Amino acid sequence: MNSLWLGVLGTSLIAFMLKFLGHSIPEKYLTNPRMLRINTLIPIALLSALVGVQTITEKGRWVIDQRLAGVAVALIALSLKAPYFVVVISAAVTSAVLYRL
Amino acid sequence: MFRATATQSLSVSFTVGLYGTAFGAASIAAGFSILQTCLLSLLTFSGASQFAIVGVMGAGGNALSGIATASLLGIRNGLYGLRMAPILKVRGVKRVIAAQVTIDESTGVAIGQENLGLDAMKQGFWLTGFGVYIFWNFFTLLGALGAQAMGNPSAWGLDAAVPAAFLGLVWPRLTGKFERVLAATAVILAIALSPIISAGLPIIATALLAVAFGWKERR
Repeated sequence: MNSLWLGVLGTSLIAFMLKFLGHSIPEKYLTNPRMLRINTLIPIALLSALVGVQTITEKGRWVIDQRLAGVAVALIALSLKAPYFVVVISAAVTSAVLYRL
Repeated sequence: MFRATATQSLSVSFTVGLYGTAFGAASIAAGFSILQTCLLSLLTFSGASQFAIVGVMGAGGNALSGIATASLLGIRNGLYGLRMAPILKVRGVKRVIAAQVTIDESTGVAIGQENLGLDAMKQGFWLTGFGVYIFWNFFTLLGALGAQAMGNPSAWGLDAAVPAAFLGLVWPRLTGKFERVLAATAVILAIALSPIISAGLPIIATALLAVAFGWKERR
């Protein structure tokens, strides 16, 4: 089994186990306020990190290219309250145009 | 049947399902096959985790760091399950199905119906859960086929569309200064660590940042 398959199946298995666990354990075991606080912050940290890494790194090196311009445009679109799709497409179009120049 | 609940469920399902196109395209751009892409949507069925596994492995990270990142993002679904279980009160196969469709949107719509009573909450959960499932998987396939037809991801801007998709996911969560500081710190930390430790690990490292930020209660 290659590593992509391992990624697909491992992610799927754990994702389901986490969901099912929530439905199966009594609520009183998981209401620690610290855990709940950290849990709402984890997606913020991980997703932000993914934005950073995918925008200006490539194979472990810092690379400034058309992606940065695309993400900057996405940031502007978001601050103008554009819908998700407009955000993604505007980033793609910006990056594609610069790439082809 | 609550009509307002049904309308809300369907509109949420369709809009969220549309993002499946972005995932399908991102996954192909990251080097996953169409079958693997569709299986991620069918089996993992949790947008942020799916983007994370293809994001980390697409950037050269190994399977373990990809799975770890995706799973950290999946913990919240467990907490949603905890919230939904006493409302749904299901067992056996039904519980398995309920668990699979326990995501941001199904839980969100269900909780939004609180003032209409338990039945409306249940209806909101199931309709949104199934609705998102159907649209998300359909649009994933569409996005995957589209991306494969396009060829070079950079030429179509897919290389920027993926981080922009993450940005769009995190944006609604940045509700205050505290959250924005955390986000900015995470970006800087992950970028700074990238040349030093192997791909995927810089992202997981920022989970510790979340632990540090959330450790103490804020006033």
